[in-house]
Amino acid sequence: MAKDIHETPMLDELENGPWPSFISGIKRLRDQHPDERINKMANDLLGQLEHSYETRKGYWKGGTVSVFGYGGGIIPRFSEVADAFPESKEFHTLRVQPPAGNFYTTDMLNQLADSWEKWGSGLITFHGQTGNIMFIGTTTENTQHFFDEINDYGWDLGGAGPCVRTGMSCVGSARCEMSCANEQTIHRTLLNRFTDDVHRPALPYKFKFKISGCPNDCVNAIERSDFAIIGTWRDNMKIDQDAVKEFIAKKGREYVIENVTSRCPTNCMTLNDDDTLTVDDHNCVRCMHCLNVMPKALHPGDDKGVTILIGGKRTLKIGDLMGTVIVPFMKLETQEDYDRLVELAENTIDFWAENGLEHERCGEMIERIGLVNFLEGIGVDVDPHMVSHPRQCSYIRTDGWDEEAEKWYQRKMEEKQQAAG
Amino acid sequence: MSMENMRQPIESGCPDGFQYMHPVMRRNYGLWKYHEHPRPGVLRHVAYSGDEIWTVKAGTQRILDLYTLRKLTEIGDKYGEGYVRFTLRSNIEYMVADKNKVEPLIKALEEAGFVVGGTANSVTTLSHTQGWLHCDIPGTDASGVVKAMMDELIDEFRNCRMPNRVHITTSCCQINCGGQGDIAINVQHTKPPKINHDQVANVCERPAVVARCPVAAIRPAMVNGKPSLEVDEKKCICCGACYPPCPPMQINDAEHTKLAIWVGGNHSNARGKPTFQKLVAAGIPNNPPRWPEATAIVKRILKAYQENAKDWERINDWIERIGWPRFFELTNLPFTKYHVDNWRGARNSLNASTHIRF
Repeated sequence: MAKDIHETPMLDELENGPWPSFISGIKRLRDQHPDERINKMANDLLGQLEHSYETRKGYWKGGTVSVFGYGGGIIPRFSEVADAFPESKEFHTLRVQPPAGNFYTTDMLNQLADSWEKWGSGLITFHGQTGNIMFIGTTTENTQHFFDEINDYGWDLGGAGPCVRTGMSCVGSARCEMSCANEQTIHRTLLNRFTDDVHRPALPYKFKFKISGCPNDCVNAIERSDFAIIGTWRDNMKIDQDAVKEFIAKKGREYVIENVTSRCPTNCMTLNDDDTLTVDDHNCVRCMHCLNVMPKALHPGDDKGVTILIGGKRTLKIGDLMGTVIVPFMKLETQEDYDRLVELAENTIDFWAENGLEHERCGEMIERIGLVNFLEGIGVDVDPHMVSHPRQCSYIRTDGWDEEAEKWYQRKMEEKQQAAG
Repeated sequence: MSMENMRQPIESGCPDGFQYMHPVMRRNYGLWKYHEHPRPGVLRHVAYSGDEIWTVKAGTQRILDLYTLRKLTEIGDKYGEGYVRFTLRSNIEYMVADKNKVEPLIKALEEAGFVVGGTANSVTTLSHTQGWLHCDIPGTDASGVVKAMMDELIDEFRNCRMPNRVHITTSCCQINCGGQGDIAINVQHTKPPKINHDQVANVCERPAVVARCPVAAIRPAMVNGKPSLEVDEKKCICCGACYPPCPPMQINDAEHTKLAIWVGGNHSNARGKPTFQKLVAAGIPNNPPRWPEATAIVKRILKAYQENAKDWERINDWIERIGWPRFFELTNLPFTKYHVDNWRGARNSLNASTHIRF
């Protein structure tokens, strides 16, 4: 047990109440952990945190710490009040990439816990907002030792700084009937193509991949990733009419009208007199609402693929941006399909690395230069799925119209020929 | 240690997830048929093969100490089948193929102090950032805010009494790493940064700091004979974006750093397109250790939503149906000049119609 325990009257308040308390957890490390390195560190961490609570200020500053061979992956933290709390004066976090969908065996969690007990503070978070396992709190020296140890059994650092960041995927095909994508393969194919860009920050700013298996977008990919891959389907949704009838028998017709058909954003569903559902699939926008309400009766179709949106990000610097549709639909089945996906990501990152300003996210660059310039830069043709509506201001030069119109007809003809085989 | 003795990293990147997946999930990957929700915190997924997997979800303190993590794995070994995952909001999920393990698993989790729930139309765990515990630019704490709020919202985590799911987020600076949420509690600074002119030249790359400002309010200047930076305080929007690249531009203030509450962020494409959250309340005191003022407003919003929204309406769907004037009326929050947007694209947020509800 650590000597000279800091008084923590404010933090003690956070031990009250029924929700599990992180303060009680840190105190357990302080009071019960036999290793002085850990119990003293926990004591001074609590001391500094109490000081923050009392003064309403943070007292960590950044710095430069990485492991041999890499340039990022660590969040360095040095205490500004180290004189008062010396045992936690270096308190760096290691960001470690989890598997897509955040799966673990208990054995693996125990192994990671053992390694962290050897080299770190004993505090871990599954996961940070970028999607990393956060091993919170260790010294510069032990950062290297801990990394060496877990790297030997299959774990690698994630991104920190202006680089490709750790990806995030929903539970997806592993457990969810809504998923139209192979999140595991997409996630690893993309992230591990850019390992160098994850470990050695050299881009204008951060670049995030997120993968959601369906348009429910459980990982917030459109809102908070530069490159969002969302599973979808383009044939008809599957309807199990017996299950529809079963649902109606249980919930009533009115419930279905009130909660399913009338909530359809494109009014493409009809509840028939014989308690079956009809869907105008051409007008279905795959919003997922009806499938969410009736998961036993309604299922995605069989012709699955993904929609890709580029340019989502949070506030800094020009305000929040949603991603924009760049690929309305693409299949992801063959190696060639995956090669096309990787090529799109490469072209996007290359173009942005070339043209983005310092600290400018990909979406901000697109905002600055216009979507058409971006599309031309990455070699993607314009498509009406990319816009909510066409231009509404007449101030535009259209002297290349005939050529552009010709391109469109040409493309349409090629698509037709391709479809005809 | 000399360079040649250093261990070269193995750049393995993202690990293969299949090795950590429950065998039933591996076997039925991409072949799931439907799911049911037998009770809060429990999901039953059925595959086309007829196999099924049961999930028990529990809330934790997110900042896990070794003892807590080992308790969670011990429960997984003793009552589960050794396979877990974590959700985006740091809830732990135990997957078991044997239905009979569900009840003992729930009991073991609850006895150990974890909270089973967080599925479907509940208020799930707040997603949050690092705060005073670890961030270098925080205006407030994160784990503490969440602990204090979840203490009061725990029954809504354990039950499914909301019209639809509620995702709450917190962010401890205006970069808002916590992301979008049905309800977001974010730091809102109210005064320009206080500049320590003695340090700027040594610590900050001045052109980078000038470039970082969203409203071009920062310019290089000589102050007391030293190269420094100055802020046009009339232009400054107090966002704090200059603080990370230039710590001498202190934005955090014990008194003037406040909290604001935003609602209606929704990531899903279900029904409408994804939406960003909108400001509803500001000027809320940053009041550790339990932030009672912020919690009170969140509870008020949740109550109005619970009482007035229709089934399946997320908070944004509900407000879109009833209109913003009614939202402010139902929640008894003031509508001020600060609610009227003046950022780029603001015109799109103005009502250019006679669509008025009476």
